[in-house]
Amino acid sequence: MVFFGAACVETFIQQLINGLTLGAVYAMVALGYTMVYGIIQLINFAHGEVVMIGAMVSFSVIGALVAAHTGLPAWAIVFAAAAAAIPVCMAVSYLTERIAYRPLRGAPRLAPLITAIGISIILQQIGLMIWSRNPLAFPQILDNRVFHVAGATVTSVQLAIWIVSILMMTGLAAMVYRTRLGIAMRATSQNPQVAGLMGIDIDRIIAATFIIGAALAAIAGVMVGTYYGIAHYTMGSLLGLKAFCAAVLGGIGNIPGAMLGGIVLGVVEALGAGYIGDLTNNWFGSNYQDVFAFIVLILVLVFRPSGLLGERVADRV
Amino acid sequence: MSAPLLQAENVGKYFGGVQALLGVSFAIRADEIYGLIGPNGAGKTTLFNLITGFAAPDSGRVSFEGRPLAGLKPDAIAKLGIARTFQNIRLFANLSALENVMIGRHARTRAGVAAAVLRTRAQRAEEAAIEARAAELLDYVGIAARADALARNLSYGDQRRLEIARALATEPRLLALDEPAAGMNATETQALAGLLRRVRSDGVTLVLIEHDMHLVMGLCDRVLVLDFGRRIAEGTPREVQHDPAVAAAYLGAPAA
Amino acid sequence: MALIAVALAVLPFALAAVGTTWVRITNLAILFILLSLGLNIVVGFAGLLDLGYIAFYAVGAYVYALLASPQFDIHWPFWAVVPLGALVACIFGVLLGAPTLKLRGDYLAIVTLGFGEIVRIFLNNLSQPVNITNGPQGISRIDPIRIGNLSLGSTDTLAGLTFSGPIKYYYLLIVVLLLVLIVNVRLQHSRIGRAWEAIREDETAARAMGIDTMRMKLLAFAMGASFGGIAGSIFSAMQGFISPESFVLVESIMVLSMVVLGGMGNIWGVAAGALLLSFVPELLRYTVGPMQQALFGRSIIEPEVIRMLLFGLALVVMMMYRPAGLFPSAVRRRELTRRTQAQ
Repeated sequence: MVFFGAACVETFIQQLINGLTLGAVYAMVALGYTMVYGIIQLINFAHGEVVMIGAMVSFSVIGALVAAHTGLPAWAIVFAAAAAAIPVCMAVSYLTERIAYRPLRGAPRLAPLITAIGISIILQQIGLMIWSRNPLAFPQILDNRVFHVAGATVTSVQLAIWIVSILMMTGLAAMVYRTRLGIAMRATSQNPQVAGLMGIDIDRIIAATFIIGAALAAIAGVMVGTYYGIAHYTMGSLLGLKAFCAAVLGGIGNIPGAMLGGIVLGVVEALGAGYIGDLTNNWFGSNYQDVFAFIVLILVLVFRPSGLLGERVADRV
Repeated sequence: MSAPLLQAENVGKYFGGVQALLGVSFAIRADEIYGLIGPNGAGKTTLFNLITGFAAPDSGRVSFEGRPLAGLKPDAIAKLGIARTFQNIRLFANLSALENVMIGRHARTRAGVAAAVLRTRAQRAEEAAIEARAAELLDYVGIAARADALARNLSYGDQRRLEIARALATEPRLLALDEPAAGMNATETQALAGLLRRVRSDGVTLVLIEHDMHLVMGLCDRVLVLDFGRRIAEGTPREVQHDPAVAAAYLGAPAA
Repeated sequence: MALIAVALAVLPFALAAVGTTWVRITNLAILFILLSLGLNIVVGFAGLLDLGYIAFYAVGAYVYALLASPQFDIHWPFWAVVPLGALVACIFGVLLGAPTLKLRGDYLAIVTLGFGEIVRIFLNNLSQPVNITNGPQGISRIDPIRIGNLSLGSTDTLAGLTFSGPIKYYYLLIVVLLLVLIVNVRLQHSRIGRAWEAIREDETAARAMGIDTMRMKLLAFAMGASFGGIAGSIFSAMQGFISPESFVLVESIMVLSMVVLGGMGNIWGVAAGALLLSFVPELLRYTVGPMQQALFGRSIIEPEVIRMLLFGLALVVMMMYRPAGLFPSAVRRRELTRRTQAQ
């Protein structure tokens, strides 16, 4: 059973910190799902693979820069990695949209969904061909300074993840709510026909949505890579699925919802994994961590399909 | 006077903050043709959705043959004996006309998985009966020659007829038609009126939403007029025609 | 007809002459046809996208493995365990479907996908604190199917012919396949099949026709699940060993690719799609690998990668150019090309 002693408070805070870190990553990825869904009602299965490619590119860049003994500080190397990963991911995402999804605009919903699954497989195999079948260990270049907070620890990487994701999300919010592009995006997601009549180039807006989502995914990929120190060609699928769960939890199509959903899901997962053993008399252990996202998904869809902040998704007459 | 076939009491419906229907009451008698008219947005289709279970009223009650319909889903209501057509024709577009009507027999047939897999004698007999009845209904509405054509390839008028045949296949006692003459020319409308009279004389009560006033006046026994979700008049076509409130609603002038 | 029967009867011996591996490959291909036909009921007939279909296969496989192996030292006969596998899979299908089938199509896809993952995670971890599934190691020494004194697991000779285990399973699978085909064809052309068609075409109109759409969808789900369970049970007995690795997401997607490639809703097309996607990768394995060796002196693209690329490309290219599949069902072809202009 759970005892709320001092040690337990510390465990709780530690899990909370881990959860917030995980949640920040989920949120960044979930934004990509939610924006694309909001605009063309497509679950872009391949989005998780874009995260993988982001992580892989950053792995290559970090590896190359470390091997070249450039003498650059660690943060500059990571920054360079992100700077390389972002355009690559943008290009990948743009190309999939252009080649695979755009021809299917107006087709029945299942068609692009099945295409997205196909793209996801193809990107995974491309990842495998370029970066091998084996897990790749990131060189540990960031000196992971540890801070002690209320008996728990926060690492500098965790802090960096928080700061970067807050900056990115603020930037995204500003873009969506303040710029012409953002207004056009929101108009398109409200009603593409009318937006088209208003002179908005729908195809451009959709492409922009994919590209922005891909940039966030690339950064998320760098974060995951440096946080866990490992990358693998299949890493995107589970991460993507969970991020999608987060997007649904927050209310699909809803940008603040995706942020909230990501954070909540990260925390639920971390706390769940931390306490499931205690709660079930050690029947279930932390190896069930991956189940939580799906259980949350099913519960949300069954009981509150609109998510925390979104609109209804159940069928309407 | 006998008990009404369908009775609505004080029915209200909101969409968000918008009042689509406001305390509407009416009763449809067996064997009559009952018209539902009113300007666009008056709440006619909403009323149809309430009757057929596609939406639930926020207040009031609807009963069919004395039986409350509250909480019943559309399929249960169809089984009770209310069939409907849709304003924007909803046929199974990629199936043949015959198949469309055969699907209409679903509620009145029973063969399940086991019977279908084993091809029992009863199942084969039922299948034959379904097909025969469907063919009969196509003939009844006058499109027997188009039985094998895909629903989406039928002319507009034939699609409307097919929708009626499909609805009749469910053996309704009340048939609700949402703008059956929309898009038809005068000749087609005339023929439709003939068909609807025949349906009525075969024991099916009709309620229809219609904008073609000529058709409504010639066909309906009684008419209910809605405006902005309220009932503003009811009576024979002649009575309603001379009702000042109706004229005001249609002409946009304030009711005197 | 008689010709086909003779060909099917002789086939395993011809394959065995090339190598017993090919009999095994054929058997797995038939299993995949069974799975595709099961998924076709869900996706093709009722129009519900199920991305976790392999979970039902897993359930059937584990039911057989747990009740006919040394794991708990239970050795029930196949005629009890296989139907039980189907039943348990069916119950899982209903439990999953009942709360989720009202969701819009793409959400259903994700929920089923999540369900598939949940099942796999449990199979992987239910080895502690009580060892039920034996975790990632899987369950081995599963009983072969025995009919009377005849064990399908061993080799027998009859009238001068050698009947190896795989050959005997081949015949069993052909019989099961025939039964499943009959069930599918008969269902499609029945009141139930028409109701599914109606739901797929226009759910609102279907409801107005008195079709209880939830019930019909649930029925499709349950039937698809049962077929998956049967296939899984046979898989378990035939392989003698199963582990969670056989039931990963990719397998679900593979079965879906077969259905999509062949033509959703078209029974014969789906069967052809399953055969194609089962055999082409195997052929590639035996041709592309050596060919690369000969040309470049090493293997540049692994056959496994080619196989996966093939699945991925099949999905993408099919949706773009032939959304109704290689062998489309007439109705599905019309449905899948319909809305390009309307929307």
